[in-house]
This record gives sequence, C-alpha cells and structure tokens, in this order.
Amino acid sequence: MEIEPGDYVEVKSKKGVFRGVLMPKHEFSGERIIILKLDNGYNIGIIPESIKLIKKGERKEKKRVMKNFREELPTISVIGTGGTIASYVDYKTGAVHPALTAEELVFSIPEIEEKANIRASILFNVLSEDMRPEYWTRLARKVKNELAKSEGVVIPHGTDTMSYTSAALSFMFPRLSGPVVLVGAQRSSDRPSSDAYMNLLAAIRVAKSELGEVVVTMHATTSDDYCHIHRGTRVRKMHTSRRDAFKSINSKPLGEVRGENIVFYDEFKGRDKETELMDKMDRKVTLIYYYPGLDEEKFESMLEGMNGAIIMGTGLGHVGNHLIISLRNFIRDGGIVGMTSQCLYGRINLNVYSTGRSLKKIGVIPLEDMLPEVAYVKLMWLLGNYDREEAAVLLPKNLRGEISSRRMITW
Amino acid sequence: MVKCGLEIHQQLATKKLFCDCDSELSDEVLYRFERVLRPTQSELGEIDRAALEESLKHRRFIYEVTPNSCLVEADEEPPHELNRESLEIALKIALMLNAQILDEIHVMRKIVIDGSNTSGFQRTALIAVNGYLETSFGRVGIPTICLEEEAARKIEEDDDKVVYRLDRLGIPLVEISTSPEMKSGEEVREVAARIGYLLRATKKVRRGVGTIRQDINISIGEGRVEIKGASRLNMIPKWVNNEIERQKMLRDIARILQERDARVEEKIYDLTDIFENTESRIIKNTLKRGGKILGIKLIGFQGVLKNGNLRLGKELAENVRVLGVKGLFHGDELPAYGISEEEVEKIIRRLELGPNDSFVIIGEKEEKVRIALQKVIDRAKKALIGVPDETRAPKDDGSTVYLRPLPGGARMYPETDIPPIRISEEYIEKLKKELPPLPDERLEELVSMGINREIGWQLIRDGMDDVFEELCTKYGYPRVVARALINGCEGIDYNRIFQYFSEGRFSKEAIDEIVMRACNGEKVEDIVRKFSEKVDIDQVIDEIMKEKMELVKERGMHAFKPLMGLAMQKLRGKVDGRIVSEKLRKRLEEIVNQESK
Repeated sequence: MEIEPGDYVEVKSKKGVFRGVLMPKHEFSGERIIILKLDNGYNIGIIPESIKLIKKGERKEKKRVMKNFREELPTISVIGTGGTIASYVDYKTGAVHPALTAEELVFSIPEIEEKANIRASILFNVLSEDMRPEYWTRLARKVKNELAKSEGVVIPHGTDTMSYTSAALSFMFPRLSGPVVLVGAQRSSDRPSSDAYMNLLAAIRVAKSELGEVVVTMHATTSDDYCHIHRGTRVRKMHTSRRDAFKSINSKPLGEVRGENIVFYDEFKGRDKETELMDKMDRKVTLIYYYPGLDEEKFESMLEGMNGAIIMGTGLGHVGNHLIISLRNFIRDGGIVGMTSQCLYGRINLNVYSTGRSLKKIGVIPLEDMLPEVAYVKLMWLLGNYDREEAAVLLPKNLRGEISSRRMITW
Repeated sequence: MVKCGLEIHQQLATKKLFCDCDSELSDEVLYRFERVLRPTQSELGEIDRAALEESLKHRRFIYEVTPNSCLVEADEEPPHELNRESLEIALKIALMLNAQILDEIHVMRKIVIDGSNTSGFQRTALIAVNGYLETSFGRVGIPTICLEEEAARKIEEDDDKVVYRLDRLGIPLVEISTSPEMKSGEEVREVAARIGYLLRATKKVRRGVGTIRQDINISIGEGRVEIKGASRLNMIPKWVNNEIERQKMLRDIARILQERDARVEEKIYDLTDIFENTESRIIKNTLKRGGKILGIKLIGFQGVLKNGNLRLGKELAENVRVLGVKGLFHGDELPAYGISEEEVEKIIRRLELGPNDSFVIIGEKEEKVRIALQKVIDRAKKALIGVPDETRAPKDDGSTVYLRPLPGGARMYPETDIPPIRISEEYIEKLKKELPPLPDERLEELVSMGINREIGWQLIRDGMDDVFEELCTKYGYPRVVARALINGCEGIDYNRIFQYFSEGRFSKEAIDEIVMRACNGEKVEDIVRKFSEKVDIDQVIDEIMKEKMELVKERGMHAFKPLMGLAMQKLRGKVDGRIVSEKLRKRLEEIVNQESK
C-alpha cells in the first residue's frame, strides 16, 4: 500500500527509529528530508533509510455545527474573499484552512451566533495582492444582491489591498441601504492572539448600525481594547504587521466600536432606501510614483495608451521640470492627470512654487488631500461611468468623503 | 513503583531566539498594552484542559514593554529567523549529552494561553533525541532536547488581570528532558547537578536567579505530578520525597473511599440561612459582602479530609485557592474558626449526612462559589480513583502546592513563519571538535588550582566550580574558598565575604561562622562589622580569670568549660569562638601551671 501524508509510520534512519504521522513536505525542506509529527507533538525532519506503514491515516469527518435562525436578531451577510481572517487550523497537519461556509465561520467565532443571523458565502478565494479591478466589480454586484436580503454586509478581506477595494466600493455605490464593512486580520485566526475575533465582532456591530457607507473596521491600537471605523476612501494600511496598521489619513476615523458600544465621532451618511450601483471601471488609468531619476522615456512609457494618470508627486505636488513637456502632450491628447502627494499627509498646493504653477498651467488637476490610491481608483471609476469632461470636473470634487476642506492640527 | 523524570530549562546568553533584542531583565517600563487570548478550538471541537481553566478566569493580560523588547515580543511583527548562535550552543549541549541531532529542525507553536506568551503559543523546536547521562545511580536516558523561547515575566496578578513584562519573553531556552526512570530525590538531585554542570561548561548560559529552572515529574504508578520550578538543587530531595509521600497518602485515601463505596453528589446546597446569627468572623464578613454559604455532600469521606496523615481537605482547598477562593471548610475540621457545633449539626441534618459522610462549605459571591464547588466536586471525584494529574509549585518548606491541572498532550502545530533548518553531518563533526571539557577534565583543572580530588568533585557536583574558580583567581586561598563553598549555601554573597577577608577584616577561622550566619539570613556587612569591632580578647579573658579565681583554683583545667561559657557571653558574634577557646585554654594553662608550682 502506498504511504501518504497523514499515515502513521515507522521510520528507520541513521539518527534512530521514529514513529509518527507523515506530514506533507515543506516547501523549504531539504531534498531527501521527510517530515514526521512525533507522538509528543513535535515535527522533525529526517533522512529515512526505510519507512514502514503502521496505520493508515483516517479521513476525518467534519463536525457539523447547527446554525439556529433567531427571529429577534438582524441578518448580516458575510462575503468571503479569501483573507485569512476567518480561517482555522487543522492541528493534525498544521494546515490553515479558510472557513468556507457559514457553519465554519460561526464555528471559528461562536459568539457571532449571539449577535446576528449570518448569511455567509464565499465569492472568491484570492490573496489580497492578487485582487484585480474586475473582482471589485464582481464584489460590488454581490454586495448589492446581499443588501436586498440583509441589513448589512461584512467583507472579510486580505489587508494588503483592502483600502483599494474599500475605495472602489465607495465610489461604485452612490447610495447604500446598509453598511458595507470591510474587515481583516493582521494575525491569522489560528492564533490565540489573533485580532480577527475582535475585528470581526466589531464589523458585525457596525453592519447592524444606521450607516450607509463603505467602511473598514480594524484595531485602533495595539491593545485589544477597541476598533476604529474608517471611511472607505480615507483609510490606508500604514504598517506591515501591526494590529493598528489601518489609519484614517487627513481625517478623523468615523467612529469606534468598544464591545457592543458603537460611537460615531462626527456626521456620517445614513442608510438610503435603495442601493444604487455604478460598477464600470476604466482599466486605462495608471498610478505613477515620481522619484529623482524618473526620466522622460520611462515616464512616457508609463503614460502610453492611458486615458488618465494619477501622480504621486513630491511635497506639495511636484514632478521634475523635465517631465512637464511629456505631461503637457499627454493632457493635450485627451489624458486626465491628477496630482497627489507621496507625503500622504496634507493637501496638494500648486500655487506655492514655480514648478507647481507650471503644472497647473498645463492642466494638471490638484487633488487636494485625496490619497493617491483612492484618486487612482476614483479616476478609473469616473472614466468608466462618465465622459471625459465630466470625469475631469468630478475628479477634484468631494463625492464620498475622499476630500476635505479642512485638516485639523489634532488629527 | 516510583518514577521520576526531570525537565531542565536553561536560558542562553545570546540575543533573543527570534529577534535582535538582548537577553536581559529590565526594570525600565516604556509602555503598556493590553490583550485578550482565546482558546482556539481544534477541528474536533476539543479545547485543551489547561486552556479551558485559564479562560474560565476571564482575565485581561497587561504587557510591559522594556528597552529589550521590540515588535516581535509584542506579537506585532513576525519572528525573525532562529538565532544561530543559540542553536549552536544547544546543539553542543545535545552532543555533550550523547544525543542524536535531527537532520532538519522544525519550529513548532505550542499553545499556551495563560498570557505568558503574547502570541498565545510558545515557539519550540526538537533538536536532538536519544541521549543519555552516566551517574552514580546508573545511566539515565535523555530522550529529547529542545530549543525554545522563554515566556514573559509575571509581575503582578489579581482576579481579573495579569501583568507580564516582555523583557524575558523570547530569551533562548534549552529544554532537556530525562526518561522517567529515577527512583529518589537524591538521584534527581545528582542528575540535575550533572546536567547543570554541562550547561555551564558551554560558558554561554545565563547565570543568576531564575536562569535555570527544573521541573520534576513524579509518579508512584498512578497519576502524574509535575513540580514546576524546582530550582534549588539542595531542596530537590525534599520536594521529591514529600511528593512521593503525598501520592502514597492519596492512594491510601482512594483505597479507604473505594472500600466505603464513597461517592460525590453533584447537588449544591444553599446553607446561608444556617449562618444568619453566626459568631464566625470570616463567615460574617462574607455575608456582609453579599456572599453566600453553599455546600456539597461528600458521601463516605468522613475522616479522610483531615485525620492524622490523611489530608484530602488541604487538596480541595488548594484547588479553589487558585480561583481566589479562600473560605473553604470541611467536615473533619469543624466546629472551628468560630463555626459552632450547633451550626455544624444543622448542616449535618440539612444534608442528611450519615456517620461516614462529610461535607464542604464555601463562602463567597454566589457565582464564584458555584464555580469553586464544581471544582471541589471534580477534585473529590478524582480522590475516589487516586492521584490526579496536576502541576504543583514547590514551597520553601519542602512541600508543594496545587497550581493547575497538568496540560493535556501538547497542542502543537508548525510555526509557518520560520523555515526549517537543515543540520549537516559536516556541521555536527565541526561542533564535536569544539565541545567544552567534560567533568573529569574540569576536575583536573580544579586540582591544579590547589585542592584535592574529593573537594573538586564536590564543587562540580554542587555546581560551585565556576564560583570557586572566580573567587580563587581573585583572592587566592583555594582550600579556604572551597571549604566555605561546600559548607555554605546557594545565594549568599561569597564575593563580598572574601573581599573583606582579603582586606584583613577578620581571621581565616571566622569564615565558617560568617558563612553559616549569612546562610541563616544575616547580611554579610552586619556580620563582618561585628567581627571587625575592636575587642581586646586578652583583657576580657583576664577579667574573667580574676573574677573566677576561686573556681580555677578549685577545678584546675576542668574550669575551662564554665569559663568558656562566660567568655562567649561577652564575645559571641565579635570574635570567632575557636580563637576565644584557644586563648582561654592557653591562659588557663598558664595560671594552673603557676598555681601548681
């Protein structure tokens, strides 16, 4: 009989005789190495001289968890996109599985059952970095369907590109009948210290609120004390690994969730009667990071074939003067160019320095305090749903809270 | 049959295991944050026994950030690669223990949710297997050697929170486990001492209080108990032998209970009304705070709770003390503590107890009492069977106290953030050439410093060879130093004693007494100050002689004993007794000789 991972085996080697469960090969393991999980729980790598089957591994039956519908609780939709937020670990093999069904989700966080009736579904299963604009459109359509059947939508999402998705959904929904809450985890949910539990419970709480916006709900601090509710067009992942990586930039968060308590700091858009979806996107938009050494050739090749470009300029919104001619030609040929800052914090101003004034003169649009990635998504959406002139007019206008007229010293 | 196993944890003196922080303790707290840990369920819905107990406590964990802790300790950054210097030290230790080093090392996550690891797991790797150690009791197997990360340091604990400091979290630890084949506390001590020597011989282990910890597993054939943190070598025989006695007692109790067909009722009775007019201050206070007095029936338990050697009541009380519940009383000890005979009678009638039956009552807030009584019920049921598996803490008096149930089979899964490490045969061969001297070689070194073999062995066995070398190099006097170390105890300031000695503050003869008194808890400075006070011994002796001339004339040299008593009354603590005795004897001889002429 063939020996496969999961089988209990006896291995003879130069280092002795070992018994344990044969584990799947590790991608970084040595060539001749096999991995055994010993009875004491440890995995070891050894070079086998011979392997003897002791007992075939058993196929495990999944335990079904009954989900009870409770009349008095609101219904919340949870749309899985493939983040590790709702995953659980197989302690036999050590593999981490995403929770693929409502039962599995409830099983991994049993308290959810007390808070809402969950309509869970998996739309796709991609890593955050593998997200693409067409997925945003598919997701938006799914959200619209779900909002017809539930009071709010929670979207567990990988954290890397979560703010792009939140911006895309923000623009795609001029009106929402309920909250759309993106949520993620910086520590995967197979760990006792995972932030997934608190974040997801907070997201469910936000999804039950009166909000009619797309938001991101994540840890506010490194402590497990409360979550911030960030507007979908204002939020950015500002740290590679911390729990409180998500910050509202150039704006205060919308509010906070502490246990079952939800507080909104300021005004927010409430639920609409209907949900309106404008889901087209123009893919011919580019996002360019300016740096000393970006020459005309490289720059023009990036603009080639594009209908629009968002530039992450230096400081108040600058690129080197050597690129002004290229930009002028691009705009003259019908391209839209929006200027944002790689500083992220603060507002663009093209009036202060002569370079800024030259850029303004050739038709570069200063995008106030909008985040570069948000401007990029916004321009794709504008060009997908409006004609060029309208798009150019709407780009620097505040549509979904992505631009503010005031920035405070205390933010 | 008694079986004891030993698990030794030794901190290594390198950077931390998974980041670039220093392995030190620190009192500088820069920041605090707060976390919650959840027991993660396995797919089959099993929750670890120990994990469940911890989560019952509903506790928050507060972490103190120190300069030697970074985002890795805060569980805010993935671990870096395993520190290669600490791996090399651990591998050398494995080779010194004749173990087989595994071809590839895989770091695991061992679930620990008492908050001592911010991540909720301890990272640990099995690096070598099948080693052994020769001792005077025979060969002891060393089945596993692991390299793992140290837990955070507990600073403070109360009912709803625990404060941990991150300075200690992540310090590399070598874990050495022996086979459960030792038979006595003395044997365990020798194995611990020998392993301790090997560890120190690498010169790369951390020294000082808490840097090495021993856990001892003890079983008399049923049940298994782990004594956690049994760090003082000389206390090990006491802890082990007392624990063996405790287990025998539990076995005897189980036999008695089985003969009587004893059983435990699940029902919890509210007895609060019985104590309405109680004289017991403890119970009065409980009631004043809104507490209740609830109780359970223990059918057939009369006389095993507290009766001569049988002390099951103490076990029950220890089980609820960890929940913060102190007011537990049982049938064998009442009436007492202000609880009257009449009240006891009422309890007996209410619970309808027979002559062999007993009871336990607890006074506390109702919710807490119910949890506590449930624990008492569980513990009492285990008493019907014998020795329950548990983790116990060692106490200074040689006894141990209940801490928590023994964790179930370690729940471990791979640490996916750290790639496996291949250990080649060439690397192992290279390490073999760099191993530090074994005890026999070390003995030769000590002998060459000016002491005999027997004393050298004793120093090695007691783990004092490094201290000996240090003191000898600094101050000389090898035989004096060795004698002080062997007669003394752990944890006193030998350095200071020998510094004062080398400054001529007291004579060589005084060292024994100074060491002895330091071991009894006196401060070295104070003892030495008294010794250095200027006293004219000759004058004191002359005075005594003058006073007691009659006695001297009458009894001659036989007067020495009473005179010595008088002299010591005046000189004790200031002058070494031997010096007094010498001088007194000499003076007495002179006088007696004169008289006889």
